[in-house]
Amino acid sequence: MKKIMINKTTKNDMITYAMVILAYIVVQLLIATGHVSSLIQGLLVPFCTYVIVAIALNLTVGILGELSLGHAGFMCVGAFSSAVFSLAFKDAIPGGLRFLLAILIGAAAAALIGFLVGIPVLRLRGDYLAIVTLAFGEIIKNIINALYLGVDGNGIHFTMKDALSLDMEEDGLMLIKGAQGVTGTPNDSNFTIGVVLILITLFIVLNFIHSRTGRAVMSIRDNRIAAESVGINVTKYKLIAFTISASLAGVAGVLYAHNLSTLNALPKNFGYNMSILILVFVVLGGIGNIRGSIIAAVLLTLLPEVLRALSDYRMLIYAIVLIAMMIFNWSPNAIFFRKRLKQRITAGRKPGKEE
Amino acid sequence: MSFVAHLINGISLGSVYALIALGYTMVYGIAKMLNFAHGDVIMIGGYVVFVTVSGMGLNPLAAIIISMAACTLLGVTIERVAYRPLRGASPLAVLITAIGVSYLLQNVALLVFGSDTKAFTNVVPFPNLELFDGQLVIKSVTIVTVIVNIIIMVGLTLFVKKTKIGRAMTAVSEDKGAAQLMGINVNGTIAVTFAIGSSLAAIAGVLLCSAYPALTPYTGSMPGIKAFVAAVFGGIGSIPGAFIGGILLGVIENLSKAYISSQLSDAIVFSILIIVLLVKPTGLLGKKIQEKV
Repeated sequence: MKKIMINKTTKNDMITYAMVILAYIVVQLLIATGHVSSLIQGLLVPFCTYVIVAIALNLTVGILGELSLGHAGFMCVGAFSSAVFSLAFKDAIPGGLRFLLAILIGAAAAALIGFLVGIPVLRLRGDYLAIVTLAFGEIIKNIINALYLGVDGNGIHFTMKDALSLDMEEDGLMLIKGAQGVTGTPNDSNFTIGVVLILITLFIVLNFIHSRTGRAVMSIRDNRIAAESVGINVTKYKLIAFTISASLAGVAGVLYAHNLSTLNALPKNFGYNMSILILVFVVLGGIGNIRGSIIAAVLLTLLPEVLRALSDYRMLIYAIVLIAMMIFNWSPNAIFFRKRLKQRITAGRKPGKEE
Repeated sequence: MSFVAHLINGISLGSVYALIALGYTMVYGIAKMLNFAHGDVIMIGGYVVFVTVSGMGLNPLAAIIISMAACTLLGVTIERVAYRPLRGASPLAVLITAIGVSYLLQNVALLVFGSDTKAFTNVVPFPNLELFDGQLVIKSVTIVTVIVNIIIMVGLTLFVKKTKIGRAMTAVSEDKGAAQLMGINVNGTIAVTFAIGSSLAAIAGVLLCSAYPALTPYTGSMPGIKAFVAAVFGGIGSIPGAFIGGILLGVIENLSKAYISSQLSDAIVFSILIIVLLVKPTGLLGKKIQEKV
């Protein structure tokens, strides 16, 4: 009998998929036996949202090696484009098909914006790139807060002024009401769909990392000049990774939007703070470690709900975790210290073996 | 006349940006890192003055000095605890740590002072300047801020060019390794830079809160980011550039608020950053930096 060979990366990926599926089954069992409070049940879809966007950001931070502080902005694009679509076709297209189309539209819209943002932004590096993505995120949020969009017999109307200057007919449908956002989006998303989307996101990202393109992207991360010198088109590969990342953040936005009846672009959900929260997930889970992002996103959303007493200190703890993790993982002294510690432990295990 | 009034309001806002940008540009120019927490040091400086003036009834001038001392201590501590261990690590790690420090300061302030808005008392004791029979009012805070800006700008330029520590800073910013070989204490020099940047932040905090008297834990974050835009606009690392960039940015923000859309003014300010970085990444007065392989 021939032994089936599974290489290490495939095995690792399988563990990640299995972990998500197992978590899903456990949660479903707990719900069926009535062990999950309604509060936690209400959080299941946001869990999925956070997991997807954390995976998406990890693609930019861990694989591409650039810090994006604008991922909340891409979420925002995905959320609003899909919410507008779902609202406009609420009665015309049946539920399942409509949500599928909404996901595709959200992903495409976020990918388009990510692509357009990426062209100028990815020419920059490091600090500048981070601050410009932050700027783009804020611009997107600002524009959506000022946008009025409606549809009636004459077609689509939009303005940046106020609801009256939309100049709509009586029977027209208001889609985006400026700062009041979108109301009446159908509640299409649920936990099962969320988990399926997580699995699809994982499939895309993990396969991307192991592909030829993914390896090219990682070579740019590790040494841009060396990558350039062996003929890798830096801009192209950076743009590919960034667009995929933005598009997946858009999918998270779609999931988020279809879980709420009113969608606003507030600083809390689509602002710079949200981008930082996602960054905390990625850093705690381990930069470049996709499985870690999933665990961190779930843990950090679940913990404050379980430990109510801690909820006041939640943000403070996040901040300390962020600083401590960075120093522990990246400080040259800490790296040296861990290396020595490791040597000492291995030396202790094998006594009598001189080097 | 309304245009002139908008222009003066813009200069008023811009002079505060300029003051914050001076601190940014000092730290960025020498330590080569984006100190995200600078805006939050400003906020802490504001709270120190608020507590000492409104709470303890101290003389505003004494309060400002206490606030400067507190912020200097805070800045040096942040540098020692969070940034120094990461010297030589990847810029991404330093940047994420800086974001963490910024977040930490905001949340400490939130726990200590609460989320409610504190009404800041104006600490500038001069009357407002009224021109053309009161048609045009220039706030005394604006005049003081512009004067303070110019004093700091001249002072910093002289300090960097003429003193030994200042020249050491220039050397560290050019090449850390070579500076060390020449006997310069690199860590000490960077600590001094942080001390200066943070004491400037305290002054900026007082003037920001006097001009816009609402103090919350998030007061510093938006002006901080916009001041960074101003510093980039003027050319990061350039002291006069920070001043010019700050004033221009304030004027642009206020004019777009008045004539285009108040909701889109932030978007316009941020698009300036993007345009500057794409067209002239070194800013108005910055010098070109060659990348070494």
